[in-house]
Amino acid sequence: MPWYDRLLSVDRRWIYLVLAVAIIIPAVWTFFVPVSVSSEVENVYEFIDTIRDGKLVYLAIDYEPSYMAELHPMAEAILRQVFRQNGRVLAGSLSQFGPSMADELLTRIAHEMGKTYGVDYVFLGYKPYPALTILAMGTDFRVPFPADYYGHPLDSLPLMTGVHNYSDVAGVFSLAGGTGAEYWITYGNAKYNLPLALGVTGVMAADYYPYLQSGQIFGLLPGIKGAAEYEQLAGLRGQGLRGIPYQAAAHAVVLFFIILTNVAFFAKRAAGRRAGAESGR
Amino acid sequence: MKRRIPLILVFVTGMAMVAQFFVPHEYSDYLFQYANDFVIVIGILALPVGIYSLMVATVRKARSEPRERIYSLATIAGFLVMVAAGLKREWFHGDTTLSAMLFDNILVPAQATLFSLLAFYLASAAYRAFRARTLLAALLLLTAFIVMLRMIPLPEPLASWNATVVRWILEVPNMAAKRAIIIGVGLGAVTYSTKILLGIERSYMGGD
Repeated sequence: MPWYDRLLSVDRRWIYLVLAVAIIIPAVWTFFVPVSVSSEVENVYEFIDTIRDGKLVYLAIDYEPSYMAELHPMAEAILRQVFRQNGRVLAGSLSQFGPSMADELLTRIAHEMGKTYGVDYVFLGYKPYPALTILAMGTDFRVPFPADYYGHPLDSLPLMTGVHNYSDVAGVFSLAGGTGAEYWITYGNAKYNLPLALGVTGVMAADYYPYLQSGQIFGLLPGIKGAAEYEQLAGLRGQGLRGIPYQAAAHAVVLFFIILTNVAFFAKRAAGRRAGAESGR
Repeated sequence: MKRRIPLILVFVTGMAMVAQFFVPHEYSDYLFQYANDFVIVIGILALPVGIYSLMVATVRKARSEPRERIYSLATIAGFLVMVAAGLKREWFHGDTTLSAMLFDNILVPAQATLFSLLAFYLASAAYRAFRARTLLAALLLLTAFIVMLRMIPLPEPLASWNATVVRWILEVPNMAAKRAIIIGVGLGAVTYSTKILLGIERSYMGGD
């Protein structure tokens, strides 16, 4: 069998093995991959930079554990920056598996940064029907969430004093791994005109550029690269920057395979043409 | 009458909710909340039906397919354990509760593993599918190649050139295509909703 046929029909398990080795390499030999900051990430950073001295931001943790690798670093970086600037966070989730992750994340970061529940941050929890929940929060956070995730009535929490709806928060930052982001655009931004930024997975990012250009969202963190860019701007070194070498290695392997398969493909085509020309003589 | 009453209900409720969206008034908000409560109540009423359906289908499968019985039993056991672990609100909180342990040690790794496997399938699919067989395939291949290249550290000026091209791809051809799809889907949704409100589309009533 010619070399190009062998390459074109290579067993997929070899591809899996090469990819697995490439992903393991950064875990064994740590290296740094520089990231260039894009304007959509810079917009998010500049917005979060204004959340200082008691200003309030709504953080929507609208993703499931499968998206943790890409979206958790964003949530962590934003929380650290807001808390560092003495800003306040109102968090909620439109994903049924979101609350446990959000609870763990908020509690851990707040504990590390010496923040108090009910004063510096509040976690509303989860409510089903995302569209209805977003619309109801536009009337009053107390409508869909009379009590927070832990069962405390919202009125008993100092942070909620004078906080009723979106007009009392500086903006919403939604981290979404599914359709949660679209609900925020359609029902949050369109109806209440709230300043909205998104953090989405890498494969979803291309879908949200039209909203960026139309001004419906003012910023976008695309995948782990977005998280890394944000961490670089915020002067943090978290999971985003640490995850980039793994992604770079995996992408390098995929690109290598694409080149390899095309080299074999064109070699086979050239050989076929040569054989055709020889048989025609 | 059997058809007319649902059609009238759909028309009146639908038009009321359309009007409500554009009316910033106290009564409008009240109507909206009232309708929201209805949706939640209907959802809660549907829950036992869903649980019953899941159980019946799983038990039936366990009986008819002995080789896959273990999976059916795992489904039933998983359901019952999660229900038992979450019967009280306070059982959701803290690192040591059964609910938290099941979430952290079963659900999170299982979902993360399944999602991570996509990388391997993607690499294999890219190897087999990204071949420049035609002009369109070559264009797709080239675009994907350039976009993926931005994840790899490149020397200057290659990195700046790549960033500029990627931005152009995302902001011009990608955006044009996405915008066309979004507007098309939006118009389709409006048309379909209007047909339901006016009683032209009646498949939701079954048959017809």
